[in-house]
Amino acid sequence: MAIPLSYNVRNLIVRRTTTLMTALGIALTVAVLLSVLALVEGLRTAFQTSAHPLNILVMRKGSTAELNSNFTRAMFQDIKLKPGIARSSAGEPMASLEMVQVINLPRVDAPEGANVTIRGLPLVGTEIRPTLSMSAGRWFEPGKREVVVGKSIAERFPDAQLGRKLRFARGDWEVVGVMDGGRSAVNSEIWGDLNQMSSDYNRSEVLSAAIVRAEDPVAMQALINDLSADPKLNAVAKSEQSYFDAQTVSAAPVQFLGIFVSIIMAVGSCFAAMNTMYAAVSRRAKEIGTLRVLGFSRQSILTSFFFESLLLSLLGGLLGCLLVLPLNNITTGIGNFVTFSEISFNFSVTPVIMAMGVGFALFLGALGGLFPARNAARKEILTALREA
Amino acid sequence: MPLAFRRIEKMLRYLPLVFKNTLRNRRRSLLTICSIAASFCLLGVLFAMYQALFLADPTPGQARRLITRNRVSLTQVMPAFYKQKIQTVPGIEAAVITMWFGGQYKDEQANRNNMFARFAVEPEDFFKVQVDVQIPEDQKQAFIRERSACIVGRKLADKLGFKIGDRITLVGDIFPGNYDMTVRGIYDSSEDAETLYFQLEYLYQSMPASRRDFAGTIGILLASKDDATRVAREVDAMFANATVQTRTETEQAFLLSFTSFLGNVKMFLFAICGAVTFTILLVSANTMAMSVRERVKEVGVMKTLGFSPGSVVGIILSEAVVISIAGAALGCALAAVLVRGLAEIAGAFSYQLRTMTLTPEALMICLALGAVVGFVAAVVPAWGAARTPILDSLRYAG
Repeated sequence: MAIPLSYNVRNLIVRRTTTLMTALGIALTVAVLLSVLALVEGLRTAFQTSAHPLNILVMRKGSTAELNSNFTRAMFQDIKLKPGIARSSAGEPMASLEMVQVINLPRVDAPEGANVTIRGLPLVGTEIRPTLSMSAGRWFEPGKREVVVGKSIAERFPDAQLGRKLRFARGDWEVVGVMDGGRSAVNSEIWGDLNQMSSDYNRSEVLSAAIVRAEDPVAMQALINDLSADPKLNAVAKSEQSYFDAQTVSAAPVQFLGIFVSIIMAVGSCFAAMNTMYAAVSRRAKEIGTLRVLGFSRQSILTSFFFESLLLSLLGGLLGCLLVLPLNNITTGIGNFVTFSEISFNFSVTPVIMAMGVGFALFLGALGGLFPARNAARKEILTALREA
Repeated sequence: MPLAFRRIEKMLRYLPLVFKNTLRNRRRSLLTICSIAASFCLLGVLFAMYQALFLADPTPGQARRLITRNRVSLTQVMPAFYKQKIQTVPGIEAAVITMWFGGQYKDEQANRNNMFARFAVEPEDFFKVQVDVQIPEDQKQAFIRERSACIVGRKLADKLGFKIGDRITLVGDIFPGNYDMTVRGIYDSSEDAETLYFQLEYLYQSMPASRRDFAGTIGILLASKDDATRVAREVDAMFANATVQTRTETEQAFLLSFTSFLGNVKMFLFAICGAVTFTILLVSANTMAMSVRERVKEVGVMKTLGFSPGSVVGIILSEAVVISIAGAALGCALAAVLVRGLAEIAGAFSYQLRTMTLTPEALMICLALGAVVGFVAAVVPAWGAARTPILDSLRYAG
């Protein structure tokens, strides 16, 4: 026969100080793990929503990033006319030749500056991006020294406010709009007219890469094969999605440190939980004896104490989740190894992540509770009853 | 003064009692020590990281070096003639143009070891500026003489099995084309021995004439490290009105800017250290509360025998401090071992972390923190025990 769960709940309540302290220790461990997971998840979401499933990125063969790719106008003329490219509302092929540069802008909390990607592109390029809208101002006009900044850039960089001027290449550029790309990486970029920018950088002929939108998934695969195999082009084509997916590695250092920290903290809280449970067992020796006299088996004593430990850690896990919830949607930024500039994104505490935290806590509780529970189950009735 | 002495003497007299108390519930003390040790091990590692990143002293060579780059960003080049102009600033011994090459060596996806830094440099000036680089004279001359020569760091050579005379092909991306070169030297350096350097002239010659003569960064060696601020200011002032403006900073600050690239590392470290310290406090306080609760009756007996409430507090506080210092010491020992292994892994992400060690200062801070945390954790339980009236505590059922 099993000992009712309410027995354990009541015990935890009676020793609330100890319960709370142990649970808090577990909660902090869970919170550290969860904040790192939320960071990685946020970054992943940013990269996942950045790509359109039908977009193809074309770079020079041998390049791994837009930044170190060279793409000439002649190459672009060739790919523009390939079959399978979707048409824009104006009937133009949805293909955009782009130039990427990195500039250093002072930020509120980093006066020494952070790297920001600037992108020169034709207006059709803005149509190719998914879920893009203007949150203030208007698009840049071709041929003018105007730029549109991403939402996060406008928030984090004082120089990049609407109506102000940025200084790079050969002079000043007026910020005429703020674009909102949902959660995507576009929020961390600055966009301007391709021709104006490329001539400023003396790169009118040699740009960075091209993005094209395929008509449908079948055409997309054919187009990728066609572009990569064309000996005249000497280019490599890949889905925009796979390009962005690979950039999630930027979170690797933080992820590594975070997981390392959580593991060591987990060892510590596991010992602490064990301590608490041993104390619980020795304080209740008489009770255990009585339970045995009443006919509860060793097995049910073991289960009962094991459950109590799980309950304790469940409380810790839930507290941990509560601790990280305020992090949700807070904007932060880390360096992106592929673009060599900063990407900003929001911490994302998803239900899956919270479930993982609770699971982690329960695992700790199980490890910490096993030995004390066994210790309780092994007590001889007579000695247990006689213990002070 | 004599009173203070008497106090200390009295405490010392109680020391055996304190030790006995820690041994009374061995399992609990051991578990507490282990738990505290895990946390201190983490603190030790984080301190070592912080120290390596933000507090490490520059090497003598590093302290004398400045790096000038395009103000707009590191990815944009400067005209090569800037070097000649920079050298006119008084206090500069040598300057060298360095260009990040990028590119690929064999298949980097298949083997991460194939990813290493490659720079194009002016060989003669490179050795003048990089005073920490050591290389046999004949190898040095061979590198200077031959346009398609390159030198590799000792660690890199060991990792990929490069020998003098080996041919290496780099496939360019920023600078398209295949670059064939021959290893003519293997250098040692206290700072970084995992880089390949080849001749800048080789890179220039592969470019169309219109795109030659640029400089990625310009390394500067100062006659004295005290001139750093002045020279940096003068160099940047020189180009303040030019089309391409510059930013000059010490090599250490330059390297640190790559760390800030990993995110807000400082805040991250502080947040974790805070959480860990708080955990130690919780664990320690919990243990002491349990231990005191078990001993209420005993405290009553002690007080009956004439121990003053002050002595009771002192004995309980000392017990907590002893346990938490033991945990801290064990944790630091673990951290010292762990840091060695981590330096190698973390060094892949951040150059400075390669030199990570647990310094004596960090060790002292950990032990002191252990004492403080133990003390703070035991204040409430000790105070409670000392204040319980004798009769109540003797009657306490436990």
